[in-house]
Amino acid sequence: MPFHEHILANGLRIIGESSPSARSAALGFFVRTGSRDETTEECGVTHFLEHMVFKGTPRRTAFDVNRDFDAIGADYNAFTSEETTVFHAAVLPEYLPQAVDLLADIMRPSLRQEDFDMEKQVIIEEIGMYEDQPMWSAYDRAKRLYFADHKLGNSILGTPQSITDLTRDQMHAYFQRRYVAPNLLVSVAGNIDWPAFVALVEKQCGHWENGPIGRNGLVETNGSCRFELLTKEKVAQEHVILISSGPPADSPLRHAADLLGMAIGDDSGSRLYWALVDPGLADSADCSFHEYEGTGAFYTSFSCQPEQSEEDLELVLDVLRDVQDNGISEEELNQARNKVLSRVVRGSERPKGRMMALGMNWIYQHGYRSVDDDLRAYETVTLETIDDVLERYPLDRATTFALGPLAKLSLPGANGAK
Amino acid sequence: MQPEVYRHTFANGMTLLAERMEHVRSAALNFLVPAGCIHDPSEQLGLGAVLADLITRGAGERDSRELTLALDNLGLDRSESVGLMHTRFWGATVARNLPAALDIYADILRRPHLPDDEIDAVKALALQDLVGLEDEPRSKVLVELRKHSYPTPLSNDHRGTVEGIERLTADGIRQHYRRLFQPAGLILSVAGNIEWQPLLDRVGQLFGDWTGAADTTYTLGSKPTNRAHLTKDLEQTQIGVVYDSVPIGHADYYAALGAVNVLSGNMSSRLFTEVREKEGLCYSVWATYQTLKDRARVVCYAGSRNERAQRTLDVLLRELRRLPDGVEPDEVQRVQAGLKSSLIMQQESTAGRALSLASDWYHLGRVRSFDEIRAAIDGLTPQSIGEHTRRCPPRDFTIVTLGPKPLVG
Repeated sequence: MPFHEHILANGLRIIGESSPSARSAALGFFVRTGSRDETTEECGVTHFLEHMVFKGTPRRTAFDVNRDFDAIGADYNAFTSEETTVFHAAVLPEYLPQAVDLLADIMRPSLRQEDFDMEKQVIIEEIGMYEDQPMWSAYDRAKRLYFADHKLGNSILGTPQSITDLTRDQMHAYFQRRYVAPNLLVSVAGNIDWPAFVALVEKQCGHWENGPIGRNGLVETNGSCRFELLTKEKVAQEHVILISSGPPADSPLRHAADLLGMAIGDDSGSRLYWALVDPGLADSADCSFHEYEGTGAFYTSFSCQPEQSEEDLELVLDVLRDVQDNGISEEELNQARNKVLSRVVRGSERPKGRMMALGMNWIYQHGYRSVDDDLRAYETVTLETIDDVLERYPLDRATTFALGPLAKLSLPGANGAK
Repeated sequence: MQPEVYRHTFANGMTLLAERMEHVRSAALNFLVPAGCIHDPSEQLGLGAVLADLITRGAGERDSRELTLALDNLGLDRSESVGLMHTRFWGATVARNLPAALDIYADILRRPHLPDDEIDAVKALALQDLVGLEDEPRSKVLVELRKHSYPTPLSNDHRGTVEGIERLTADGIRQHYRRLFQPAGLILSVAGNIEWQPLLDRVGQLFGDWTGAADTTYTLGSKPTNRAHLTKDLEQTQIGVVYDSVPIGHADYYAALGAVNVLSGNMSSRLFTEVREKEGLCYSVWATYQTLKDRARVVCYAGSRNERAQRTLDVLLRELRRLPDGVEPDEVQRVQAGLKSSLIMQQESTAGRALSLASDWYHLGRVRSFDEIRAAIDGLTPQSIGEHTRRCPPRDFTIVTLGPKPLVG
């Protein structure tokens, strides 16, 4: 599939892969900004701004935006992470010009005061919704505990208080700082006409302001290694998360880290599955590798009946220690690899998945990677690379957080019981 | 771009459906076994879910670990889930691994070990699934909504009950397996980069000599009360509303689908606009159409902070009640655009196509063509949707809420 690239004079980069047999085309605007780029006073602004982007421009009201997307049958949405905000749409090929017109237009939102005030209520509802889901709530708090004062620990949603306190002018200042042309990337995949697409983007985005880009606080971290229990009597299960360090997103070790996470805690046939889920000791137990710019982390989590938590935590620590001391087997590596290769192939076969992979790869690897490049990178991982990951990023040096009805939980083998 | 769809019903009553998708490298498979939780005996609710977990813990020549390893090494992403009517086995991987995956599924469906020594673990997981539901308020309110809107056993949830799961025995589980895991009525659908004839031959070898028919009769109980509130200390009150619609195959089916999409098909639809965009009452609000063979309904959901939940319910009900007043031409155009777009994009998804084939065959006894569905969508008009909503207006609502305080509705 041919790859294309073009940079506008203002620094906006456009990348794409065309696939004439596809039924659809997918495009996305990737903004290199997330919760880690917020100051304390701006807590939650990135995600709130993502919502406000859909609330209209000088040319469109909020309803016009929704109506125009729906009129072309677009499958569209957006999400905010610690370091990226992505706006995306998949459409039938004949509607790509309208989709470009819409997405490009809303990337320069009006941020009207009355829309801002109304959307604030929706954001506070969203925070309430997640607060009622203990696993999510535990994840957010565990991240804060692990990252301590590192910016990656910032909450994506913010708190009802931080959102209430936020002003429209603060959001506007953040927008002007972070949404400059060179800090965005346009990715497209599927059934597209590349020169026509570039011309459309140029017409819509060529006048966008240039400006300085980058981010502060790009340091690796090993986390706080602390242990904390939060007692919530109304929660039914105990939700426990362990976080340890991993390689950063541009590290050559990241594919090995991904496979290692799967061997330890994929939802089928992994170490944690056999240790906890198969015998019925926990209803879920996972481990996965998350990569960030400058650092990475392994997230291990499980949920279980409260009275079972202490034994389960000990079992999880046993698994992590065993892998740390003895590594994984060739069979486990191949099993994880076979799963991931199939996922890469399937994930890339629809334009939406491919567009997303193209954009994320460019942001994190600073270049183009074909599906075959990705497949090869997983194929060349050896037990030695896995051992390199373990040596540099020990799994048993974890930060542990538990949320649930328990009033007391001891961390096995540590004096830090609380 | 009419895709090639193939079908064969074997002498034992099992049907194989397939769609060839040349532009992809993967393939998805989907077994619908008529072993849904509707068939859980009333004193053993949760039996189907326990069986669905136990059935992959060893089959044919492989024990539990060997089976998992074999499926993982085929790169198969998979799930086993119990719905109301069927236990569904779903899997997707690169197309060249599909035949080997089918071999393993033949073992799972026909030669499961159902090992005694795993039963306690499986029951423990089923009990935790029930406890875990308490930490998922949205799922909880939807389970309660089903319970309060359908007569038994249509009201069953696959998770069952604590008493039901505790009562399960090895013999009971095996008996349930023998009763319901039979080839007659079983549907296997496959979509992706496959060749029909080798697939047909393989499935014939694996399943052709299997005989038997499941007893899938059931008796409906009385209709339950249609109001309920469950008290729980939550940030948001969870609201579930349900009303009757017409099932797939009914002359009004596409109009009914159109009407639900006017309410909730996309972000300019009425519920999102009125409840979220205009008043900021919630993050999540939607309505969705659910059909069985002989009946259908529309399920609506919203979650709002407690002090605003009454207003959310009021606006939601207002929008449902005004549906028969008519819909606008531009609303219908947007619904058509959305439905057509997802119809075409489904052609890129092996999993989506495999499920559609099986679902059509189960509900209608045939597979609708792309052109037939597109023509029906094109045929929607403000008149056809308006007339349907007057013949079958949203009314007789069942309303279930979960939160600190009951609402009035």
